[in-house]
Amino acid sequence: MKPLEMVRTFMVENFLFGDDGTLREDTQFLENGIIDSTGVLELVGYLEKTFGIRVEDGEIAPDNLNSLKNICGYLERKLGAPKPA
Amino acid sequence: MCGIAGIIVHNGAPGTISVEILARMAGALRHRGPDGTGIYVDDRAGLVHTRLSIIDLAGGAQPIHNEDGTLWIVYNGEVFNYPELRESLLSRGHRFYTSTDTEVILHLYEDKGPDCLVELNGQFAIAIWDAKRNTLFLARDRIGIRPLHYHVGGGCIRFASEIKALFQDPFVPRRIDPRALDQIFTFWSTLPGRTFFQGIEELLPGHFLLASEGGVRIGKYWELPIVPPEERLNLADEEIRERCTELLFDAVRIRLRADVPVGCYVSGGLDSSLIAAMVQGRFDNRLKTFGIGFQEATFDEERYQERMVNHLGTEHTRIRAGNAEIGRGFDEVVRCCETPVLRTAPVPMYFLSGIVRESGFKVVLTGEGADEFFGGYDIFRETLVRWFWSRDPTSRLRPLLIEKLYPYLFGDPRLRETLRAFFANGIDDPGDRFFSHRIRWENTARIKTFFGGAIRTAVRGYDALEELAAMLPVGFHSADPLARAQYLEIVTFLSKYLLSSQGDRVAMGHSVEIRLPYLDYRLMEFLSRLPTRHKVFGLTEKTLLKKIGQDLVPDEILSRSKHPYRAPIRESLLPEGDPTPAVLSAEAIRDAGLFDGVKVEGLLRKMRSVPRASEVDGMALSGILSAQIVHQAFVAARPPADALSAELFVDLRAGMSRGA
Repeated sequence: MKPLEMVRTFMVENFLFGDDGTLREDTQFLENGIIDSTGVLELVGYLEKTFGIRVEDGEIAPDNLNSLKNICGYLERKLGAPKPA
Repeated sequence: MCGIAGIIVHNGAPGTISVEILARMAGALRHRGPDGTGIYVDDRAGLVHTRLSIIDLAGGAQPIHNEDGTLWIVYNGEVFNYPELRESLLSRGHRFYTSTDTEVILHLYEDKGPDCLVELNGQFAIAIWDAKRNTLFLARDRIGIRPLHYHVGGGCIRFASEIKALFQDPFVPRRIDPRALDQIFTFWSTLPGRTFFQGIEELLPGHFLLASEGGVRIGKYWELPIVPPEERLNLADEEIRERCTELLFDAVRIRLRADVPVGCYVSGGLDSSLIAAMVQGRFDNRLKTFGIGFQEATFDEERYQERMVNHLGTEHTRIRAGNAEIGRGFDEVVRCCETPVLRTAPVPMYFLSGIVRESGFKVVLTGEGADEFFGGYDIFRETLVRWFWSRDPTSRLRPLLIEKLYPYLFGDPRLRETLRAFFANGIDDPGDRFFSHRIRWENTARIKTFFGGAIRTAVRGYDALEELAAMLPVGFHSADPLARAQYLEIVTFLSKYLLSSQGDRVAMGHSVEIRLPYLDYRLMEFLSRLPTRHKVFGLTEKTLLKKIGQDLVPDEILSRSKHPYRAPIRESLLPEGDPTPAVLSAEAIRDAGLFDGVKVEGLLRKMRSVPRASEVDGMALSGILSAQIVHQAFVAARPPADALSAELFVDLRAGMSRGA
C-alpha cells in the first residue's frame, strides 16, 4: 500500500470511525474538525512508528500535517532526504 | 424545596382527571419532597405536591388556598424576601393561615396577577389554579434555578418539576427529539425551552404561562439585561466595590432564611470560598461546609479546599470521588438529569449532596453563577484576546497571549502550531455573532459523526446555531464581545446545564436544596451595568470579585489560577478490565436507533487502546452512553413510580366532599 493509502486508512479508522466518504486528499483536518490537538499527537505517533521517522517538534505544524496531501509531501521530503550523519 | 405536578383540563370535558395518575406523578417526584404529599383535585384540575419541609415545618403542607378557596397553589422553591412581602399583604387586609412563603405568593398573585412575579426574589417554579376562572398560572424564576416542564395536548396541559412525572400519564408520548440530540451534541444542552423529548417543553426562565379555555399564552416578566457600554455605571472603583459587596452580603443574608440549618459547599475556588467566608464572618460562626476531592491529581483541588476550611475554621466534610465510583454512579445520575450529558461532572455533585443529606442537612449555599456574571471563565478572556488578535491577524505577538491564557494546553511545545491554528479559526470574522463560542461548539459538534442513519435523516438541513440565532434579543447584536459571550454562556450553559444537571437535579436526587447567592437578580442586574474592566482586565479575570474577596479569603485562593471543575471520563466509564456497559452493546445501540453501531464500536476500541483519550472522544463516550441510558430509562420503558397516598388530599369533584 502507498503511504497515502496507509495514512488515509489510519485517519478513517481513528478519527472518522469508518466514515470515509468525507476525506479527500486536500481536506483540511483542523478546519473540518477531523482532528484536535490530542489527535495530532496520535497522528505523529503513527507516522513515527509506521514510517520509522522522527517528527521534530518544529515539524508538527499545519503545513506538514493538516491534510493527506500535506502529510504525503512531508513524508516524501522526510524519507527522500539524506539522513543526518 | 419540593416537587410539583398537575393536569389541567383547560379546553375539554370536565371530570376526567385520574387520581391514580396524580398519585403516581407524586411517586415519581418523591425524592424532591420526601417529607409529605399533597393532592388537590376538582373537575378540571389536579395538583400534586411532594414536600421537602424547610419553612413552617408543621403548617406548610401544600396545596395552599386563599381566603375563599378559589385559588390553589403548589410551589417548588423559595422566595427569600417573603417576610417583607407578607408585611405589606397583611397591611392590605390579607389573612394567612400558615407562616410560609407559599401563601405569600398566592395572595400576591390574587392582588396583582402575573405582575406579582417582579416582586419575588428567589428560585421557584409555581403553579396556581384559579378554580373560579378555570385558569392555570405557571411561572419560573428569572434564571432557571428550579425546573418546570409541560406538555399540551388533548385539551389538557400537564406540568411537572421533572419529566419522569409527566411520563406517568400514558397520554404523554415518550419520544426522543432528534433536533434536541443535535443541540446537546453541539452546546452540551438543549436550547432554551426545549427538552430531550418531543412535545415536552420547558417553561423559559423569567417567563409565565396562562392556560385557560382560550388557549395557552406565554409571557415574559424578566430578561437578562444587556446594557450598551455608553449606559453603564460610571462610578469610582471603590464605590462599585462597596455597593457590590453589600449586595452580595444581602443576597447571602436572605438565603439563610430557613427553619432548618443551612450549610455551604466549599470547592477550594474563590466563588464558594467567598460565600462561606461571608456566612461565617457575619451570620453563622458554627457553619458546616462540604466539599469533593478526586482520585486524580489533575482534577483535584483538595489542597486549596483544605486551606480555605482551615482559614474559616468550619466543620468540614469532604468526600473523595474515585474513578470507579463515578462510573458506577453514572447511570443513576443520568436518570436524575433526564438528558444526555457530555461530562461525568454531575456524578461527584450527586455524591456531594448525598453527604449533605447524610449529615442531616437539607439546604446548602453554592458558588454557582459567579463565573458567568463576574467574568470568570477562560472563554471570556479567550474571546477578548482573539478579538484583540483579530484586529491585527498577522501579528506574531498577539497570538502569544493565547499561550499565556492556556499554559497547560501549550505546555507541550510540539502542539504549539496546531493549537495556534485552532484558536486562529474565525479571527478573520470578528463581527460573527458567535465569535466567542463558535470554536467550542464546532469542536463539540464533531461528535455528531456518531449519529445513526435515522437521526442523520431527521436533522438533515437543520442548523442548531441558526435556531439559537433566531432566539437572540435585539440588544445582543450591538453588545460588546464580552457581554455577548456572557449572554451565550448564561442562556446555553448556565441555565440549561449547570443549574440543572450539575445543580437542581443532582441535589434534589438526594433531597437537598441548593441556594445560589450570586444569582440574586439584584446582583445580576447590577453586574450587567458595569464596565468590562470590572470583570476581565487584560488577562486577569473576575477583577471586582477578587477585590471583594481581599479581606475575606486568603491570598492563595485569590491568586490561584482558575481550575475548571471536571471529572475523569474514560477512566470512570470504561475502567480497564471491566466489561463494556450493556447499553453500549451492538444490540442496544441498534434497538435505540440513535447511533451508528460500527462507529461506536470503533470509538470504544480506540478509547481502550490509546494512552490518552482526547477531549472530543471523551465527550462522545459520555454523550452516547448517557443518551443510551435515557432511552432505556424513559423511552423503552416508562420510568417506575409508586402511587403515593397523600397526607393532604383535597377532593372538590362534583358529588365529592372535601377530604382532610
